[in-house]
Amino acid sequence: MNADSLVGRNLLSINDLSATGLAEVLEVAESFVEVSGRSVKKIPALKGKVVASLFFEESTRTRLSFETAAKRLSADVLSLAVASSSVKKGESLKDTIETIESLGIDAVVLRHRSSGAPHQVAGWVKGARVINAGDGTHEHPSQALIDLFTVRRALAERQGVESRDSGLSLLKGAKVLIIGDINHSRVARSEMLAYAKAGAQVRVIGPGTLLPSDVGIFGAQRADDLEKELANADVVSLLRMQEERGSGDFVPSLHEFSALYGIDERRAALIRPDAVITHPGPMVRGVEVSSAVADDPRMLVRQQVANGVPIRMAILFLALSTPGESLHG
Amino acid sequence: MANRERRHTRHPGAAFVVHADVMSADDVARALTRMAHEIVERNHGIDDVVIVGLQTGGLELAEALVARLEQITGVAPPLGALDVAFYRDDLGLRPVLPEAVTSIPGDLTGKRVVIVDDVLFTGRTIRAALNALGDFGRAASIQLCVGVDRGHRELPIRPDYVGKNLPTARDEMVDVSLEGVQLGRMVPR
Repeated sequence: MNADSLVGRNLLSINDLSATGLAEVLEVAESFVEVSGRSVKKIPALKGKVVASLFFEESTRTRLSFETAAKRLSADVLSLAVASSSVKKGESLKDTIETIESLGIDAVVLRHRSSGAPHQVAGWVKGARVINAGDGTHEHPSQALIDLFTVRRALAERQGVESRDSGLSLLKGAKVLIIGDINHSRVARSEMLAYAKAGAQVRVIGPGTLLPSDVGIFGAQRADDLEKELANADVVSLLRMQEERGSGDFVPSLHEFSALYGIDERRAALIRPDAVITHPGPMVRGVEVSSAVADDPRMLVRQQVANGVPIRMAILFLALSTPGESLHG
Repeated sequence: MANRERRHTRHPGAAFVVHADVMSADDVARALTRMAHEIVERNHGIDDVVIVGLQTGGLELAEALVARLEQITGVAPPLGALDVAFYRDDLGLRPVLPEAVTSIPGDLTGKRVVIVDDVLFTGRTIRAALNALGDFGRAASIQLCVGVDRGHRELPIRPDYVGKNLPTARDEMVDVSLEGVQLGRMVPR
């Protein structure tokens, strides 16, 4: 693990990549931003490859952007609509995967409510790469890469430098503050690992019941004073309270969570004007973020959605490229 | 060997050893001036001409060519840059990563496009460039200008403007820059 390049590999966790490997994904994504701006937004890089998109849990942006990414690279997309598939008849994940694999696929993009499902699947499929598109409360590596990429571009713009070829230098030493339900958030886990790998100082803050017992293993530190941390941060990452995973049962009420940790206009005023705010979406206005802050110019949520396609193009392109020695003399 | 290929090709523990200086900086300058005149002659001026340098080896020559065309005609033709990594047909055979900017000045429909590269070898880079340019509009014509044509073509592609025809062995490498042209080999350290 900790590979210096994603070429020919699975992406199950941010821990699959070293800092060099992270930077490679960001650089390749820069090239795909240019492709997304063309009138013909399609390149033949993955022509003839088949990407299966298996979402066993609801998703709008992740699914759409992975499928758009695969199509822009000229790959064919097999999309399994779980609600109308044999999964509803009781077919197991293993049998579903074997069925799909026997159709001849090169990559599986998998979202599943069980943590570790992509890891399992990676052991079952022989010839295909597995991309984790979010598994339970474990990880969501592509979202963390989008967030790093978006923040890198925003910081580059603020400093008047090119983000392309800047590697991780703009993120190095940056003070990142992640707020909210860390315990149920796969985005938070992937973000902590990715920002820490990039050399940023990562702090997390939230209700004690919603923090993992040890965030040190993700390269982060716990913080206590929200207002002091907000004033210090270069990057403020907000997370959704995940009602479907029972986040609400760990706090007396969502209203109280909002009063103690929600970012309203008063708290947003503490955040430096040159800092950035991220949110993986979907935002729940009035809980973790007030409506006015959701539309704040420092809020990058729209750029994050737009960068979903180039980052996921980079992930698919790299994972489906073949490593090997040069044929040219 | 072209800079682009040299960087894409991983040669652990190998170094480029020069065994012949083929062209001096002055020779390269004279060849560029001649090719600029040929481009003007062939296209009856430079109306609608767009110069596209292939990343990364062709860009330096493309910039020099644009400067000469401006000296000759008084007008600098638009200059574009193209990275063909995603259009290569050997993606599955070796890691080919994008490394430089693609920027094409506007729609190419109706334009006379001159592709500029440093070395013409198998022709596969040019095939990829032709496919890539098709995505930017239907050019009136596409022409090819290379610093050095070293032979060993694997596709039916020929250059329109050539700095120098240089017979080579397949395992040799050619390095082209404004400072000169050198022939050499990769030798294990």
